[in-house]
Order: sequence, then structure tokens, then C-alpha cells
Amino acid sequence: MAAEAPLRVLVVDDEAPARNRLRDLLADCALKLPLEIAGEAATGRQALDMLPVCEADVVLLDIRMPDMDGIETAQHIQKLDDPPVVIFTTAYDAYALKAFEVHAIDYLLKPIRLSRLFDALARARSFAPLRPEVLREMKPDARSHLSVNERGRIHLIPVTDILFLKAELKYVTVRTAEREFLLEESLAKLEQEFFGRFVRVHRNCLVARDAIRGFERAVDAEGEGHWVVLLTNVAEKIDVSRRQQHVVRELGRIL
Amino acid sequence: MSINQNANAGALPNFRNLGILLRILVIVDGMCLAAALLKTTEPMVLMEELIDVSSIVQPILILSLLALAAANNWLHRLRYWRAIAALIALELLLTTAVYYSSAYLLGAPGSFARYAVFTLLITGVLIGYFDLRGRALSPALTEARLQALQARIRPHFLFNSINAVLSLMRQEPRRAEQALEDLADLFRVLMADNRQLAPIAREVALAKQYLSIEQLRLGDRLRIEWDIAHMPADALIPPLVLQPLLENAVYHGIEPRSEPGTITIAISREADEMHLTLRNPYRPDGDHHTGNRMALANIRERLALHFDAEAGIKTVANADTYEVRIVIPYLKAGA
Repeated sequence: MAAEAPLRVLVVDDEAPARNRLRDLLADCALKLPLEIAGEAATGRQALDMLPVCEADVVLLDIRMPDMDGIETAQHIQKLDDPPVVIFTTAYDAYALKAFEVHAIDYLLKPIRLSRLFDALARARSFAPLRPEVLREMKPDARSHLSVNERGRIHLIPVTDILFLKAELKYVTVRTAEREFLLEESLAKLEQEFFGRFVRVHRNCLVARDAIRGFERAVDAEGEGHWVVLLTNVAEKIDVSRRQQHVVRELGRIL
Repeated sequence: MSINQNANAGALPNFRNLGILLRILVIVDGMCLAAALLKTTEPMVLMEELIDVSSIVQPILILSLLALAAANNWLHRLRYWRAIAALIALELLLTTAVYYSSAYLLGAPGSFARYAVFTLLITGVLIGYFDLRGRALSPALTEARLQALQARIRPHFLFNSINAVLSLMRQEPRRAEQALEDLADLFRVLMADNRQLAPIAREVALAKQYLSIEQLRLGDRLRIEWDIAHMPADALIPPLVLQPLLENAVYHGIEPRSEPGTITIAISREADEMHLTLRNPYRPDGDHHTGNRMALANIRERLALHFDAEAGIKTVANADTYEVRIVIPYLKAGA
């Protein structure tokens, strides 16, 4: 580490006064520590859009935000090629605070003290990156989006848009009405996380209940008959395995 | 059923309490003496009469106290009238047992019916006495309960507000001052003795102060519509009913949305009832609802303590709005 470039900080908070306050405090810190404000975002999604271009080293991330909370935003941030250090900010959140202590994750309590902010920024470069499992554990309920890194940018896929998830070798293919994405996660874990939204029709495939248009008999190459799932919006048909045949009966909209 | 009734009547005394046992002892022996006095005032005869009665009554009394102390927890788990039935059965059983063993050992001490009636009478008197005593004591309990139920503010709100005020300090010191004044007023009311009913106009003023603090943080994401043109300003309501509901509405209805949302508050009088309706935007898949239920249960209980069955609170979840409706009797200040 030679003469260090200034620390670039992205501020993420849905409340304008909270962002103003951080801007004031960062200006104070800048007197003693070389730093620059890389940008401000009001939502997690906005932050994810900004990160690949604003070259932030540190993200000050509010936990309680509408649409996508800070914990989920941090999970998507970890998919960036060179993810910035995340420091959470929160007014009060007993559950998250306990998790932070357990996993030694740095956080700032609002109202934020100048000295605490300064310390956190001064140490920021030495922080270990957040582990996705830990973030998942902190927010056990399902994510609102899945994310993939596409040429350095984070692409968010709303879970409600997903038609099916199919395991293929090392990846899971995520299919929406428009296109497909490759995800580096395990199908079993996804099934657990989004329990109820998807139904397993095959060892390697989860189909969104809402996307099922009906079922149909099909005949494979060996001339054996089996069920297939018909989907809304796409022509693809998904095989139902013999072991999962009961879903046909349960969801039973046979054409 | 309101907690009113639970706290007041319909509860047996604690039979493991020495004071209670002593009361029973004194009352029973007092009634024995009264019964003997009815027969004679001659001291020697009175003495004999007492000893005669006591040979049956005292064993019954002592055994009853022991049995009651032993069965105390079990009796309290029963419904009131079942416990009473069990109590009467127990007393009759003991009377029968003591009467016949005494008749076997010492010869018949008079007719069984006399003792059975005497036992029933004493049991009835004691049950009535403890019931009245329970009623007399319970307002203290009610008060304590009310105090414990006084609405509490979310820590989340406190810290976020202070943060918002801090953010104003440098650029807009005047707005910061105003916000701190509002915050101080709000906390003054929160920490005051809130057991008495308060004029609804004061509640509305407080709610407006609270909302102006929230507006500071949320800006135009928070929109408020007041429909209170026909509200009688002197109507009385329990303090801090409106503010916690608004806090809920902001927390669950406005904060989880990035687009603006409107909270509507309508207050009106209909005949001798006051109707309060609060509506906020709502998404059925909202994640946090435990805090909501707690605030609602708290308000429901406080309404019951003040008005018993005359007040009601109801929640309605529509497709995209959440509504809380409160009905309380119309009481005028100073009436």
C-alpha cells in the first residue's frame, strides 16, 4: 500500500436527512482521512446500479429500506468482481445487531457518532469481505431478487418473474419469460429458501407454481409415456419425473 | 371477555395465604358463637353448647383449610362456577365424614341435617364475602394494569428522529429547533400519567406533532389526510390511542414503500358513539407484523379497562389498504 488513494464512499439510505447527516460527517472525516463521496443512493437497487461505475471502496448501507433491505442488497453486492467493503447503518434492530456481534461485522448505530464513523472508515480497508452464508443467516426469509454478475454489472432478477430453476452440472439455470441466467447456487438451498413458491417436478427442476399452465402426457424416445408441465409465456415443456408424479395430481390442471 | 371481569370478580382467594386462612377461621368461629348465642346467654350453658358444636365444626374447619390449601392451585385453574361447585362438594363431604366418625366415636351429636345446612350456610357466606372483597380491591389492580399498558414508543422511531434532527442542525437550525420542540412535547405526554381520559383535540394535536417529526425523515413519501371536520373537540378518549396507531401505520404502511403513500384519519360522532378510523396503504406480503399485533392488543386492553364492552377495535385488511376502526362511547369533557 503506497501513498493511498482517497477512500471512495457510497452512501445508501432511503431517508434524505440520514444521507445529509452522513455527508456532513464524511466531510468532517475528510479533514483527517483522505476520502471522497463516490455517490448517494436511496435504494438498494440504485446502489447496485451505481457500484460498477462509481468505484466505491466502502458502502455505508442502511438496513431498513423499502423494496430491498440492506442485508439483501449486501448479498447482491458480494457478486461484484471486486466488491466494496460494506458497513451497515441502522437505528435499531435487535435481531441484526446480535448477528453483527456474533460474526464481527462492523456496523454504525444511528445517530452516528463522528468518531465511530472515522474509526470504521480508517479500518475499512482491512475488513474481511462479508460471507454470503452469514448474510443469508441474518435474513432467513427469502430474497426478493436473485442476482447474477454480467460483465461486471449486477443483474437483478425479481423472484416473481422466475418461471423455473433447473440444475445443470455446476450451475442453476434461471428461466424468466424473456431469457435465462446462470446462477452459482444450489437447487436444494433455493428450494428451501423459496419454499412454497416453487414445486419440485424433477430431481433437477423447480417450477414456479404460478407459472404452471397445466400438464400433458408425452412420449419419450423409448416410447414410454410421462407427464410434462406446460408453462405460461414460454413454449418449453418440463418433464415430470416418475417420483414426482404426485404433483400432477395435487396441482391437477390437466389439459 | 374483558380483563375487567377477570381482575375483579369471579376469582377465589389464595387459600395458601395466611391472612385468608385467618379470615376464614375468624368468620366460621364467629358464626358458631352467634349460633350458640341464639340458644342461650347463660355463660355455662353457652360454654357447653360451644364445645358441643366445636367437636364437629372445628375438625371440619381444620380439615377444610388443609384441603383448600392443598387443592389451591387446582381450584384456581377451574372456571369460577366449577370451582364453587367443587368447594361445596368438598365441604359436604368433609361434614359427612366428620359427622359420622364423631357419631361412631362419641355418640350422635344431633341431627346430620343441622350440620349439613350449617356448613352450606357458612360456605355460602364465605364465598360471598371473598367475592365482594375481590371486587373492592381490584380497582388497584386495574390501575396498575393501566399504568403498565401505557403506550410505549418504538426505539426505532426515537433514534431515527434524533438522527433526522441532527441532520438539520447545520443547514436548517430553525427546523431542527422546531423538531426538537415537537419531540419534547411528544415525550412529555408519553411519560405523563396517562390513566385518565383526555380530550380528543389534545390527542389530535399530539398526533400532528408526531407526524411532523415523521415527515422530516420521510418527506413527501408520507401524505396525511385528516377527516375531522365533524369531530366534537371535547369528546374524551384514552390518551395515546391515536399516536401508536399512526406509528404503526407509518412503520408498516409508509416505510416499506419507496413510492408515496397516504394515511387517512377520520374521526366523527355518531349518536352517542365516537368513531375513529385509520387507513394506511398495505402490502399483504409485508414481513413484520408482530409489533403491530402488540400495539393493537395493548390498545384493545386499555379500551376494555376504560369502557369494558362498550368500546371496540377492529382491523380490516383489504387488497391494498389496512384499516383500524375504533368505536368508543361519546363522553364529554367536564360532564
